[in-house]
Amino acid sequence: MGDRYNIHSQLEHLQSKYIGTGHADTTKWEWMQNQHRDTVASILGHFDMLNHVAIAENENKARLKFNLIEKMLQPTGPPSQKKEDT
Amino acid sequence: MSRSKPAKSSAELDQQMDEIRKKAAESRTESDDYVGLGDIAMDEEIYDGGKKNKYEGFLSSIGGNDDDEDEEDEITARPGFGAAKSAYKVSLAASKENAKSGEDFDPMAEHKRQTVADRENEYQARRRKIRLSPDRADPFADGGKTPDVSSRTYSHIIKEHGLAKDTADVQQQLRDKAKAGELHVVGTNGSAVPRKRARWDVATPDAVSGSLPAAAMDATPEQPQKWAATPQQPQKWDATPAHIPVGSATPSMPTGVSRWDATPGAQPAAGAVKRNRWDETPRVTTGSETPNASGWAETPRADRGDGQETPGASKRRSRWDETPMAQTPSMMTPGMSTPIGMRAMGMATPTPGHLMSMTPEQHQALRFEKEMDDRNRYMADDELDALFPPGYKVLPPPTGYQPIRTPARKLMATPTPMGGMGLAGFFLQQESMTMNKGIVNSQPSDPDLPMMKPEDMQHFDKLLLEDNEDSLSPEEAKERQIMKLLLKIKNGTPPMRKSAMRQITDKARVFGAGALFNQILPLLMAPTLEDQERHLLVKVIDRVLYKLDDMVRPYVHKILVVIEPLLIDEDYYARVEGREIISNLAKAAGLASMIYVMRPDIDNVDEYVRNTTARAFAVVASALGIPSLIPFLKAVCKSKKSWQARHTGIKIVQQISILMGCAVLPHLKSLVELTEHGLEDEQQKVRTITALSLAALAEAAAPYGIESFDSVLKPLWHGIRTHRGKGLAAFLKAIGFLIPLMDAEYASYYTREVMIILIREFSSPDEEMKKIVLKVVKQCCGTEGVEPQYIKDEILPHFFRAFWNHRMALDKRNYKQLVETTVEIANKVGAATIVAKIVDDLKDENEQYRKMVMETIEKVLETLGSADIDARLEELLIDGILYAFQEQTTEDVVMLSGFGMVVNSLGKRCKPYLPQICGTILWRLNNKAAKVRQQAADLISKVAGVMKLCNEEKLMGHLGVVLYEYLGEEYPEVLGSILGALKAIVNVIGMTKMTPPIKDLLPRLTPILKNRHEKVQENCIDLVGRIADRGAEYVSAREWMRICFELLELLKAHKKAIRRATVNTFGYIAKAIGPHDVLATLLNNLKVQERQNRVCTTVAIAIVAETCSPFTVLPALMNEYRVPELNVQNGVLKAISFMFEYIGEMGKDYIYAVTPLLEDALMDRDLVHRQTACSAVAHMTLGVFGFGCEDALNHILNCVWPNIFETSPHMAQAFMASVEAMRVSLGPMRLLQYTLQGLFHPARRVRENYWRVYNTLYIGAQDAMVAAYPRVPNDEKNVYERYELDYVL
Repeated sequence: MGDRYNIHSQLEHLQSKYIGTGHADTTKWEWMQNQHRDTVASILGHFDMLNHVAIAENENKARLKFNLIEKMLQPTGPPSQKKEDT
Repeated sequence: MSRSKPAKSSAELDQQMDEIRKKAAESRTESDDYVGLGDIAMDEEIYDGGKKNKYEGFLSSIGGNDDDEDEEDEITARPGFGAAKSAYKVSLAASKENAKSGEDFDPMAEHKRQTVADRENEYQARRRKIRLSPDRADPFADGGKTPDVSSRTYSHIIKEHGLAKDTADVQQQLRDKAKAGELHVVGTNGSAVPRKRARWDVATPDAVSGSLPAAAMDATPEQPQKWAATPQQPQKWDATPAHIPVGSATPSMPTGVSRWDATPGAQPAAGAVKRNRWDETPRVTTGSETPNASGWAETPRADRGDGQETPGASKRRSRWDETPMAQTPSMMTPGMSTPIGMRAMGMATPTPGHLMSMTPEQHQALRFEKEMDDRNRYMADDELDALFPPGYKVLPPPTGYQPIRTPARKLMATPTPMGGMGLAGFFLQQESMTMNKGIVNSQPSDPDLPMMKPEDMQHFDKLLLEDNEDSLSPEEAKERQIMKLLLKIKNGTPPMRKSAMRQITDKARVFGAGALFNQILPLLMAPTLEDQERHLLVKVIDRVLYKLDDMVRPYVHKILVVIEPLLIDEDYYARVEGREIISNLAKAAGLASMIYVMRPDIDNVDEYVRNTTARAFAVVASALGIPSLIPFLKAVCKSKKSWQARHTGIKIVQQISILMGCAVLPHLKSLVELTEHGLEDEQQKVRTITALSLAALAEAAAPYGIESFDSVLKPLWHGIRTHRGKGLAAFLKAIGFLIPLMDAEYASYYTREVMIILIREFSSPDEEMKKIVLKVVKQCCGTEGVEPQYIKDEILPHFFRAFWNHRMALDKRNYKQLVETTVEIANKVGAATIVAKIVDDLKDENEQYRKMVMETIEKVLETLGSADIDARLEELLIDGILYAFQEQTTEDVVMLSGFGMVVNSLGKRCKPYLPQICGTILWRLNNKAAKVRQQAADLISKVAGVMKLCNEEKLMGHLGVVLYEYLGEEYPEVLGSILGALKAIVNVIGMTKMTPPIKDLLPRLTPILKNRHEKVQENCIDLVGRIADRGAEYVSAREWMRICFELLELLKAHKKAIRRATVNTFGYIAKAIGPHDVLATLLNNLKVQERQNRVCTTVAIAIVAETCSPFTVLPALMNEYRVPELNVQNGVLKAISFMFEYIGEMGKDYIYAVTPLLEDALMDRDLVHRQTACSAVAHMTLGVFGFGCEDALNHILNCVWPNIFETSPHMAQAFMASVEAMRVSLGPMRLLQYTLQGLFHPARRVRENYWRVYNTLYIGAQDAMVAAYPRVPNDEKNVYERYELDYVL
């Protein structure tokens, strides 16, 4: 056990409740996956961004939304088997 | 004119004022208490300068003591543990209290920690009579395979309960018969018959201690009396020496009572002895009595009662009259112990067995007694030899000497059973009495363990043995280890406790449920347990439960026996703890196990068991959901076999609704259906509890769910017509809670219906009924749809006749309920109607009653105002309150606040009465009793606003002068109130019109600032602050400076309000006389030792900076930073931090000025330095958001950033705060760039800190960071590029 329950562990506990936060053992793949999901979420959440991407892809917005949501499932592809550190 | 009576008119008032003024002027010349305008009182402590060693031993940093603040396990917040601060005030009452101390007065008694047992009432104490039942088989283990035949299963338990019930029935029948006189004693010859009789005596208790656990609980007090009263002499049976434990020195002597009685010394005559022995019934103190607890053969001593302990040999009471029977062995063994101890408390001679169940006080008394005996014993020859110098010889006794040989005296010389054996079994190992003067070895052989208390010996005695650890069997070693951990948890220091708690939790599964609970549970049953200890042990159970999970199943009942009593504890936190444990237990063991274990208790013969079980079931329901329990409850509530089961089932429903509140709504229908048939049960008790649980359900459901109750309305209505007494009260209660749920139309109809009954019951003599009736009236009248006219016509006359009388004022609860109900009625019928009805009673001769009237009027006027009170009533009202106020004798705020409320509510209409009111106040200000003066002054502060409203400024001026004269008051409470009154007057008439003028008033206040009483301080500083704020120009700057020095002292105050007012006053003063002098004072004060003082000073500096603009202060402040002293530098940084916090965006003008200073501070070696600088940076950064100071901010960020590796919690917190502030002002992108360097650093400790910062950023600005993430190239397997971001149109 560490020295004592201090502000660090409280803060970390608080942060760990949010998906997308990381810790010392976060892998590149995990981090990137979160980035991609955040990106997609951001596009979906901003009306103008969605319009922009829709025009650029020449895709209807509903379809685009669907595609993006689908993409969130595994945005960066499957995880690599071997332990990845940077 | 002597002021022998209060003034009635303004003229008289003026005269009085003049007189007072004259008198005061005379006295003032003599007093030298004041500080003259010219002389400067410098604060020696601060300005003595020069002495080099003044700061030696100071803490060198502000945050030096911070790190011991968070002691996780300290539970000081719980009532009974805190209450520290006020200790240094010795009140008058306390010193009086001390004066009355007699011989046996224990001045520390009130500080002693109460044991749980001490504050239990008789009902709660019954928990200790319940046995921890033996382990039960777990039918759900091993996938439900057939349990071992020998194990204790459900059928065994049910059988036992049945047996217990039969026993109870038979006893009840016998009791009834005895009462009815049918039970005759057969024969008095005492040969064959007594034997038969006496078998009862033995048989019942055998059953109790042996196979029938429940019987112990149901034995009612009458039963043993009956047997003892029979004119037989069953002494022979009393002896039952079968169970005397080994090692007990008590011979079974009771049979010989008469022999001892016959001795001339002890008793007068044999005849008399015979009479008093059997004619009187022994006093029975607690419920259950078993013969081996001495009830039978004891002599009826009149003075024998609980707690009258006569231990030791020196008591002159002949202790042989008592029968010191030994306890059954179960009393001794820690493992199985059921301390049935209450009864034993009353026994005059403690036998060894009793020691275990004695309270610590009794223990102490006994030990003291023993020590006295030891010290005063006769000296032995060899001791005398050692004592005397050589040359002494032993003389032969004189020839005629006859040693006293009367048996009575000889008796006294015999040691008590206690005498030879020390306090308990293990003392025997110690050396002889001469060496060991009763000092108990309480340090376990392992020096790391905490000390034991005497009462811990029973459980922890094994730790005293100096055994070799290796010689123990694994089981014993495990037991010993648990014991050590428990002792550490129970008696150890917080860190010890914490680590032990952790160990016991971690190893819980290794130890196993059995080993753990066999030690914890008996500890929890000990009568000497204190609140704190219970809390800790309950915590252990909680933690252990979590780990053990389904391994607890065989112990569920044992745990329940121990924990259920917590549910009816008076302490709220104990109840919460109990609930939590039971709910965790339910989750660990599962519903089936819980039902299986608790089912037999539902129709237990003992009401106590059923009550606690019902509560426990409610907790189970809340833990596992109501729906899962409903099928079971349905079966229980409809039980045909016993009414007790139905009663308990319905009670569970009641408890569920009390516990879960509106969460019952989804299941309301089914819960009502469960109970409804109970309204027509053949048992009165079941009907009553049904009505009560319907009331609870309705209360929980309010204001919804009336449709669920449709089915019970009719039986309820029928019920109130057919029931009387207690049953009726319950039914009325249910209806009272149902009516508010109804539509207006129905409510009106039903109110009319029920009102007939209610009015009939108005005259009921039963207190409980009265309270319920009042409550129902309140609920009915509060409901929409009940017409005011109807209330006026139908209810009011009866209501006032029945309830507004002296008797109702006597009982606190009645009083409260009556006031509430009357106020509720007033809400419907208007204030005037109610006030007119009771106003005359303000002049009643009964003070308590007047108080009730006053409180009602206060509350009515508070909610409804006085608009509809006419002139006549107004007159009566003022007359009444004046009378009531003057006649009050008790020190109570009711009259005061009532007076204030009436006057404030009448407002301008008070004008004609003000002279009279002021006359009264003046009259009372002059009273001898301090409390009266205080109330008069308080009243001034209440009516000041109204006086202003009535333009009575002259009158207020008068009052101001009078109050001013009374500033010499010596009682601090009164002085505080007088200052408060002055403040109120100053507030309403303003500085200019104030009499006495401010320039006279303020110098008079300066010395009062020195007063150390909190109330005086608070009111004085408020008044001074007010003057500094509004009328600073009336006083010279020098006077203000003097006040500044006084104010520094006030920064030490404990009360935050005082410190805050002081700090604000600094601001006002600085505004009035310019910041320069004030600042100099404050900066000097940064050198003082106390942390709190320094912190407050920094706040004051910041406030001065805020009120006088920072540029007036900042140069001096920054200059002060050059003083090479840590405290000062830190103080400056802190002041800057507060300053930036207060000035907000004004900070943009100063950021470039302070940047070099901050830069320097952030590069300091001292941690606290950097920490304070970080928090200053945080405040500053937030202030300048959006003002284009990014260049400076980025520069500062570069200085802040290296602190990312600091580990001290306060430093980390300050760092995080500044990083967050930077995120806001610099934007998350910039911060992300800083963070990226370390996210995948090879060193883990670096990564950890960087990820923490990253996470903070991420949570704060997730969306914004999308654009700033670095480009990561794809690899052969994964796509990392975010192509969407590259789209360009």
